[in-house]
Amino acid sequence: MARTQAVHGWDTDFDVLDAGYIADPFRIWDELRKTCPVAHSDRRGSTWLPTRYEDVVALAHDVEHFSSLEVAVIPFDGEEPEDPVLLYGLPPISSDPPLHTWTRRLLLPWFSHRRVKGYEALTRELCATLIDGFKANGRADAAVDYAQQIPARVIANILGVPPTLAGTFTGWVRDVLEFADDPERRAHGIEGLLTFFTEEVVQRRTQPGDDLLSELLHTEFDGAPVEESVVLGMAALVLIAGVDTTWSAIGSSLWHLATHSDDRARLVAEPSLMPVAIEELLRAYSPVTMARVVTGDVEFEGCPMKAGDRVLMNFPAANRDPEAFEDPDQVVLDRALNRHVAFGSGIHRCAGSNLARMELRIALEEWLARIPEFYLSDDAEVTWAGGQVRGPRILPVVFP
Amino acid sequence: MKIRVDPEKCEGNARCYGLVPELFNVDDYGQSTVVGDGTVPVALEVKARLAIANCPEYAIEEIAD
Repeated sequence: MARTQAVHGWDTDFDVLDAGYIADPFRIWDELRKTCPVAHSDRRGSTWLPTRYEDVVALAHDVEHFSSLEVAVIPFDGEEPEDPVLLYGLPPISSDPPLHTWTRRLLLPWFSHRRVKGYEALTRELCATLIDGFKANGRADAAVDYAQQIPARVIANILGVPPTLAGTFTGWVRDVLEFADDPERRAHGIEGLLTFFTEEVVQRRTQPGDDLLSELLHTEFDGAPVEESVVLGMAALVLIAGVDTTWSAIGSSLWHLATHSDDRARLVAEPSLMPVAIEELLRAYSPVTMARVVTGDVEFEGCPMKAGDRVLMNFPAANRDPEAFEDPDQVVLDRALNRHVAFGSGIHRCAGSNLARMELRIALEEWLARIPEFYLSDDAEVTWAGGQVRGPRILPVVFP
Repeated sequence: MKIRVDPEKCEGNARCYGLVPELFNVDDYGQSTVVGDGTVPVALEVKARLAIANCPEYAIEEIAD
């Protein structure tokens, strides 16, 4: 059954959950850039969809008119709890300065280059073990058996919770992001996450460990301990932001290599290309779209935006804009001019980007070292998720 | 060739450090600075241009010697 009603014109009635849009948004963006670069829709409230690089970057930098208090691409449609646990949402992503500034400063060192290096060996071992588990079969679901398995375990390690919970985490995060248009599923995911972290907090108050959750609980800001509601929001954010996103980037990259033998062969032959190639794959298959809420009536590129309207930060479309990238639909593994904004732009640029890059690089390196040749087993079996995060959810591949 | 990172523009993406660690330092918040006084050895000029062309914030610039 279709999740959405048929779209009557992409310029005035777009729907990011439309099945055709999820499968191939690229042609739609191309058309919009030429005819109506900032599209509008009244589905799920008055919402704007920019498609040009310049516009998306300008919007991301104008934090005065475009607030991050609501970043969900699919707004919550169910009943709000009477006694909310998360008084401040998920800071710093769903906040504006000043809350954004200090919560972000607490979080960033956990995802610094130096720290991320420390998670590399664990990630490499995890990837190797996963591949060893299916390699002899000659086939695997590169999304379910591989890409999906990696980020949740790495994040569990950072949060100091058992990696055996990875499957549960993935379920909650999918409820919140991928099935956000189903209020029951979304509420179920949020409740699962919050119940879990609330219990973990109780434990860590008395038995702190060497992990993010413990440190946040024992940190002071402005001479007072960080409020529990802020700690819970930050912990939930790390999990929600660090799972679907990276898993989608790994999956999309494997999809590309499974369908483009020349690029696959080149990466196998020239492994030193990897850091630049990673940036190109992130550009071409940017997984993440965020939202902003308009703080007061404002005209943007001729569009009369009203207070309370939402704007979708279409980073994936920006990264396919021919004004910003030569041959944008072509993956050029050694593309030199590449100011892509897959991780956003401005003060809200992704705090976990170093971690995401490391996981993507290691996942591809380990895969290509063990399975240098692979193909889609059946194009028709591949499924994609979209909305807030775009990436393959079923990706069956075969290898000789 | 000599380069600098504009601290006002840098948002800590650390793309420069990720691509060309020989020419940049990065702190725990992602903020980048150039190694030494920013002078680029001739052998690294292509890489320096790669870093400039990958900064989403246009924070790296070539400056006169």
